Amino acid sequence: MIPELGHFTLGLALALALAVAGFGLYGAQRAQPRFMALVPPLAAGLLLAVLASFLCLIASFVMNDTTVSTVVANSHSLKPLLYKISGSWGNHEGSMLLWVLILALCAGAVAIFGRNLPSALQARVLAVLGLVATGFLAFMLATSDPFRRVWPPAVDGNGLNPILQDPGLAFHPPLLYLGYVGFAVTFAFAIAALIEGRVDAAWGRWVRPWALAAWSFLTLGIALGSWWAYYELGWGGYWFWDPVENASLLPWLAGCALLHSAIVVEKREALKTWTVFLALLAFALSLLGTFLVRSGVLNSVHAFASDPGRGIFILALLMLYVGGGFALFAWRAQAMAPTGVFAPVSREGALVLNNLLLCSVAAVVLVGTLYPMFADLVLGQKISVGPPFFNSATLPLAAPLIGAMAVGPFMPWKRARLWPALQKLWWVALLALGALLLCLALEGQRVGPALGFAAAAWLIFGAKAEFAQRIGLFSRPRAAFGRALGLPRAAWGGVLAHAGLGVTILGLAGMGLATDRLALLKPGESAELAGYVYRLDSVADAAGANFAARRATVQVLRQGEPVVTLLPEKRSFPLARMTTSEAAIHTTWLRDLYVVLGEERDGGVVLRIHNNPLAPWIWLGAGLMALGGGLSLSDRRTRVAAPAPKAQAVRA
Amino acid sequence: MTRKKKRLYLLLLCALGLGSATALTLTAFQDNLVFFRSPSDIARDVPGPERAFRLGGLVETGSLARSTEAGRPLARFVVTDGAHQVTVAFGGVLPDLFREGQGVVTLGKLGRDGVFQASEVLARHDETYMPPDVADALRRSGHWNPNQGAAPPASSWNTLQPGRGGG
Repeated sequence: MIPELGHFTLGLALALALAVAGFGLYGAQRAQPRFMALVPPLAAGLLLAVLASFLCLIASFVMNDTTVSTVVANSHSLKPLLYKISGSWGNHEGSMLLWVLILALCAGAVAIFGRNLPSALQARVLAVLGLVATGFLAFMLATSDPFRRVWPPAVDGNGLNPILQDPGLAFHPPLLYLGYVGFAVTFAFAIAALIEGRVDAAWGRWVRPWALAAWSFLTLGIALGSWWAYYELGWGGYWFWDPVENASLLPWLAGCALLHSAIVVEKREALKTWTVFLALLAFALSLLGTFLVRSGVLNSVHAFASDPGRGIFILALLMLYVGGGFALFAWRAQAMAPTGVFAPVSREGALVLNNLLLCSVAAVVLVGTLYPMFADLVLGQKISVGPPFFNSATLPLAAPLIGAMAVGPFMPWKRARLWPALQKLWWVALLALGALLLCLALEGQRVGPALGFAAAAWLIFGAKAEFAQRIGLFSRPRAAFGRALGLPRAAWGGVLAHAGLGVTILGLAGMGLATDRLALLKPGESAELAGYVYRLDSVADAAGANFAARRATVQVLRQGEPVVTLLPEKRSFPLARMTTSEAAIHTTWLRDLYVVLGEERDGGVVLRIHNNPLAPWIWLGAGLMALGGGLSLSDRRTRVAAPAPKAQAVRA
Repeated sequence: MTRKKKRLYLLLLCALGLGSATALTLTAFQDNLVFFRSPSDIARDVPGPERAFRLGGLVETGSLARSTEAGRPLARFVVTDGAHQVTVAFGGVLPDLFREGQGVVTLGKLGRDGVFQASEVLARHDETYMPPDVADALRRSGHWNPNQGAAPPASSWNTLQPGRGGG
């Protein structure tokens, strides 16, 4: 009964999505207020229908309904409740439903919070969202129905892939999808603007919160995925330039460019065409990411099933939305004349440079990600593009970006001079140089990490300098505290996000100095790494809910003093006939002590020991970036999303 | 400054950005593209010892030998595509999913002695999974005609005879 209800509400959602698209586009085009007034309630109905369907799927998973094929393929009665729930989106069908649910949530938010939008704009935005939802709902109903029944019912499910049974991964897809789908809203705004042929400061004011929210969620989603890879996969790495990772990085880069260029539209009414283009690009890359992961083109843990029918369907959707969007852009972009003019050296100019560099990085990553597929299809060559390519091709582009990031905020709008801005940063440059030399002196000829430390110092202290300048810390120290409280939250957010990237780079630079060793130890023996002694005390069996484990007890000592006891595990899941390693990690914030249990032989075990300096700061920095985005979002001016008085706009 | 001149600056900047991105991509491609080779490819055309590539095939049953060298575990095994074999040496912990008789992809360089020195061993999938590159190598070596149905079970591949095997 429940699966049928879910299937029915999915069909209902398709009908509602079509109605939203039809009434919205027709009503706005013909200026029919009655039709346009229908659109927000219909969008709310779409949200309710998809939500009901999603709840039905979760209910099927929680009750372990073995007549539903998705449940049979991905769940098991012995699985902990959290993974029964998260398992509902840990597979192809369920994750598509989650995608559509988040899209419907966005549409619902536009319907409810967008009451102060011009009604034609709101109707068009909702219509475009409805159109996107239509495509994906049709895709689900046609090729990947989450509620398909099997008869006779299976005895029990096959279980979820053990490495996906993890709290970090339970929340990774929803966050990532919030990011991907958030760009659908900016896409919808861009399409609506193209149809109307009008982009103004108010448009920028509506688009920027969505870009900010999507970007913040995407940041969190990527960080969570990277953190998961770090502690769960047990290789001690945090970013592998895997195509799936790149698929999430691409919309992040485009979204980062978008939220910066939207500032220029909002404040200065310049760069309009470019911002619309970026809004299209960010969603195009989000869809490309969905296509790459969901079509089974990639061979990785993320591609649950490869079914060419699905791939072609998603490719068709991709062509339709992206191709349609860019065709409309080509046709209508001339209509948007820029009004704000600016000199090359100015705040606007700095933001253009930021956009240009971010897009160049995105282009390089895109080529590196797609080239192996292209070579396979067209040239028949089996090629892989690994981390060395991405590192050597993106770092030279990231360097000027980081250099400009600290200088840009010091430049006034319209026209600026470079030298005064640089003069305010001399002590920051000195600190960065100090970090570089210190690292070279302490660690020897390790140029990469040394440059990383310099970049981190430049960004963190650069953000601090900007903050000090804004509150007049040096010029009027007494009033500084009051000014800090009065500072718009958007300014706090920007400073925090820039510093957050610095903190992430600090972690990356630290990881550049990571060391590891392998040791074959018998109980009682010990190995040393980076000043810590790891003594193996015992290896014993341990049992879990749905797995059996071998657990080693490793005592870590520093100068004879015990630091911590680490318990790395090797888990074997009888159901999936799989073995996974659970790394044991102890963080001191300055470094992670990271131990992985390898195979057992000759009465001993192989331990892989990693010393990862500053590793936790990578994800902490990402958290700061997302927090900065959130702070900026909570600013009254973005929240109200209404044209503010002129004076307020000028002050920021 | 006139608007035309400004636009020119902007265009120049864009061209510079795109140009440098292209140049970086091309030079990085030149140095860092990693090709996939099967044991048969290596027998046909022996690659030099300076270039890293990916070697894939099946781990021959009974070929895995483990030893320890100065506290560091060493593994040696034979990778086969049925027609040819390559011995692989790997110093490190083999992945959890590494099994004899199953598909494996390794990254490394071919030494002058003909032993493949692997720096990475990838066996990230469950035991019914065949890496696409390996499946393709097996098909090319004449062990499996995809037109005659699904691939035979992975554990039997290295006992099949070239030309006779398949569907």
